[in-house]
Amino acid sequence: MTTTTPTTTSATAHDDLAASMRQIVDAHRSQPGALLPVLHALQDALGYLPPSAVPIVAEALNLSRAEVHGVLTFYHHFRTTPPGRHTVRICRAEACQSMGSAALEQHARRRLGIGFHDTTPDGALSLEPVYCLGNCACSPAVMVDGDLYGRVTAARLDALLSAIAVDTK
Amino acid sequence: MKVDVFVPRDAAALSLGAEAVALAVSTEAARRGLDVRLVRSGSRGLFWLEPLVEVATPAGRIAYGPVSADDVASLFDAGFLAGGGHALKQGLTEEIPYLKRQERLTFARVGITDPISLEDYLAHGGYRGLRNALDMTGAAIVQAVTDSGLRGRGGAAFPTGIKWNTVLGVPADRKYVVCNADEGDSGTFADRMIMEGDPFVLIEGMTIAGIAVGATQGYVYVRSEYPHAIATLNQAIALAYMHGYLGESVLRSGKTFQLEVRKAAGAYVCGEETAMLESIEGKRGMVRFKPPLPAIAGLFGKPTLINNVLSLAAVPIILDKGAAFYREYGMGRSRGTLPIQLAGNIRHGGLIETAFGITLHEVLYDFGGGAASGRPIRAVQVGGPLGAYLPESQFDTPIDYEAFAANWAVLGHGGVVVFDDTVDMAAMARFAMEFCAIESCGKCTPCRIGSTRGTEVIDRIVARIDHGKNVKLLRDLCDTMLNGSLCALGGMTPYPVLSALNHFPEDFGAEGAKVA
Repeated sequence: MTTTTPTTTSATAHDDLAASMRQIVDAHRSQPGALLPVLHALQDALGYLPPSAVPIVAEALNLSRAEVHGVLTFYHHFRTTPPGRHTVRICRAEACQSMGSAALEQHARRRLGIGFHDTTPDGALSLEPVYCLGNCACSPAVMVDGDLYGRVTAARLDALLSAIAVDTK
Repeated sequence: MKVDVFVPRDAAALSLGAEAVALAVSTEAARRGLDVRLVRSGSRGLFWLEPLVEVATPAGRIAYGPVSADDVASLFDAGFLAGGGHALKQGLTEEIPYLKRQERLTFARVGITDPISLEDYLAHGGYRGLRNALDMTGAAIVQAVTDSGLRGRGGAAFPTGIKWNTVLGVPADRKYVVCNADEGDSGTFADRMIMEGDPFVLIEGMTIAGIAVGATQGYVYVRSEYPHAIATLNQAIALAYMHGYLGESVLRSGKTFQLEVRKAAGAYVCGEETAMLESIEGKRGMVRFKPPLPAIAGLFGKPTLINNVLSLAAVPIILDKGAAFYREYGMGRSRGTLPIQLAGNIRHGGLIETAFGITLHEVLYDFGGGAASGRPIRAVQVGGPLGAYLPESQFDTPIDYEAFAANWAVLGHGGVVVFDDTVDMAAMARFAMEFCAIESCGKCTPCRIGSTRGTEVIDRIVARIDHGKNVKLLRDLCDTMLNGSLCALGGMTPYPVLSALNHFPEDFGAEGAKVA
């Protein structure tokens, strides 16, 4: 799969991206109710849904660009800007709150210097809220990329963040 | 002699280091030249003991937990493969009181079998329900479900058999079965545990449902926050196809049932059944007006049977052991068992499947052992973010749909979230409104606008600005949301808000009450 940063401006890279997006769309377009599977496949490959994806998807599924835009902006999972190299999701739901997730959230904000829906300036990490990871008997819960963590204290979060920092150097 | 060692692959166990434990067990066994078969099971649901490692011995399975990777060498030193003594030894797993006191019907295999082993599933009673169903008429299968007394475990508690009968009775060229696995309620994880720990029971339940009502295509709509569940379910579905349990002719019966997983995209409102259908159709998850009921005109306009994971997962045992067997359990109009999920600030959080009728007090103290913090339990929220907060004076309420309704509370999907005495109930009420504002689909005004105005009014109440006037305004607003919203999101947000206000007025700066 091709990964492209938003700073890529050359025409060739642009064409390559469009071609790879068309390929992904074609692989998923034939099923009933294809739009969500198509958007998932694109985001899984690219990390986000760039603005140039909208007309490609719209044309392939015979939808208006407004319809595609409407759907991808409705769902919290889809993002239209590139994420950091790692994504940290902190659960904000009630069970995690009962075990101090609000303090954990504050700790993460202070340490990283960013808020929810932000990415650190070096592009290493995005911080996202999530409303339940289904790990409510082991609160507070955090997800780093696809990995779930339970009973996350400030110290445990620091260790996870340090591991990421080493990993991305 | 080869010894079976079980380490869970359940996401909650993984979140506490089960993967490293499994690796350490294999490495250590290899280093010592011991013949160990490592089985990655689901979780028993005793989360304070996770990662829970079990060893099969002639006397039964012996449990050790909570095990960290660093403990593994000492377990081998202690001879744990023969059930040797160790500080982490919990004895025979089945004798652990938390588990022994349960009545596990839906969760009978979870934590015991390898979830993606069809052989294990069959060896533990799997697919007997489907085989019985294939010898019955659709109407007879529906009758069995009706007679079992099963009610929708997603939260609405609608009689499952009546819903099935509606879909059965609508003639159509195509019908669907949709499993609602968009388990978004905080404090709930039973659907996830089934999908990760015994996915075949869900597949079997959906296949029986399809054959009963004449549906040939099924979808499982799973939330994107559950990557482990999606992966396990997909593996199990592939195996079911390979062995003829799904496909053009299920077990050569000539009856078709196709099944696929659809991944949601992080919208809580898509747990509402009509928003879920819109989402599967590839649209924004906007709630539909009812009627028509989805049972008559649902997915792609066709008759659609929609059930929660736990409802569908209860079906195989009903078809295997009979409606009367299932109906024996429970109290009043709440028949069978409910997988209760005990979560939040609790010492012994976990999965408690038991017949309806035990009290909330038993759940919190006999099973849960009180708050994890060691402080008094002040409030519990039952039924997810749209469920009421119950104060200690209501802890004697039995787990029963009608008993909860009589207390202006809901049992919902069976999630119980515990808070100790440090909780600020006005903040929890505000959060309920905030959550509703974030997750509202925007179709109806009471939910879309009311939720945002709700947070503002609560802010003014807490700041003691026109206190009496704003409390009245909040009650008015809740009345509008309760009666004027299109679906349960706006319609039930008043449950946590008003229950917090009614039971804990002191947190809202009430006159004469202590202000924390």
